[in-house]
Amino acid sequence: MKPSAFEYIRPGSLAEALDCLKRHGEDARIIAGGLSLVPEMNFRLVQPKVLVDIADLKELDTVRLDADHIEVGATATQARLLAWPDLAKVSPLLALALPHVGHFQTRSRGTVCGSIANSDPSSELPLCLATLGGSVILRSKAASREVAAADFQLGLLQTARKPDELVVAVRFPIRQKGAGYSFHEMARRKGDLAICAVAAKVTERAVRLGVGGIADKPTVRDWNDLADSGLDDKLNELAWDLEASDDIHGTAVYRRQLVRRLGRRAILEARECRN
Amino acid sequence: MPQLNSDGRRSVSFILNGKPVTAYAEPRMLLTDFLRQELGLTEIRVGCEHGVCGACTIRMDGLPARACLTFAVQADGHRIDTVASLADPEGTLNDLQLAFRRHHALQCGYCTPGILMSVTAFLEVNHNPNEEEVRDMLSGHLCRCTGYVGMVHAVLDVVKSRQKKVGSPASV
Repeated sequence: MKPSAFEYIRPGSLAEALDCLKRHGEDARIIAGGLSLVPEMNFRLVQPKVLVDIADLKELDTVRLDADHIEVGATATQARLLAWPDLAKVSPLLALALPHVGHFQTRSRGTVCGSIANSDPSSELPLCLATLGGSVILRSKAASREVAAADFQLGLLQTARKPDELVVAVRFPIRQKGAGYSFHEMARRKGDLAICAVAAKVTERAVRLGVGGIADKPTVRDWNDLADSGLDDKLNELAWDLEASDDIHGTAVYRRQLVRRLGRRAILEARECRN
Repeated sequence: MPQLNSDGRRSVSFILNGKPVTAYAEPRMLLTDFLRQELGLTEIRVGCEHGVCGACTIRMDGLPARACLTFAVQADGHRIDTVASLADPEGTLNDLQLAFRRHHALQCGYCTPGILMSVTAFLEVNHNPNEEEVRDMLSGHLCRCTGYVGMVHAVLDVVKSRQKKVGSPASV
């Protein structure tokens, strides 16, 4: 359980980091907290030839409130975002979801952008980004582009990031006036990856539910003018659409039931929270 | 821009428990192995090697970190603290360590150094946690002996006694 050999580069600036990625392309992996990448390396699921360590790049350690979104830089940790003043007011969903991300001891080094870039289907932050309709800022030496969450996460550990690009920031839309939010998940133990996680956003006429942990990426559904009597049918349809499978953590039957129950709980709770 | 070949060993320097140290590591060497094998620190415990069990938890620049998910070369230029930083130079245990002993918060002791580092960092950001918060923090560690009850009692005991100290400056 030791990683295979690699070259280690610690760039001194964002520009140097982008140079490295241009030079080494697919041979390189970016490391910040390493909370997702190093287990994969220790198991030799990934064997990068070059590791580009951006953890010390202070210029990317930012959490910034803009007109309609919170922008989190590449090296800002999950703990930093969780401790950010007014998070619960500005983004109730993130405030509810972040305590489920790993543990106190891992949020201190695990980065927000790292979770998004790793795109584990059971991970909470990609689910929040997808449900809120956020975006990812990618930069290469040549160009910068903004990609919507739905177009960024392509599948299990797969994203639209090109080999010479760095996820420099992610943008979470801030609380929408008149909307209520809720987050729930089921895991074997608190802090483990979710067997099923749900994020809900409810406005006067619209219900949006994101589900993680079952399909190979977060799945988001929108329902308009949904009557209470129709809720269970919609959740049942969604539960079957996700094509859950059996694994060591739970059966497909159990997972479908989690979608129905947690989905219902989150939607009703989000409705309560509206103001 | 520092660059290190995969087969070359490179000098790694950091502040360990307040004192500067330098040793050599190839890039793929985990910080756990570096601290144990190159520096001989037996208080570093290697458990799962994928960040789940928490036995190897240290403090890096004051923040809790899984040493098994950190490469030694990443520690270069940083500050690393292990459980050996808690007792005073004569070896007298600090209030947290004494509380762990008083409440039987350990049995085999394998997980204890990591847990003590977590608790130390946790109490610096949360001076008055309740039981639920303490249990939530401890959920980042696996202990197969104690059932955690003694640990919860020990941490809450320390919280109470530290508050008393703060509350009555005359007694400090």
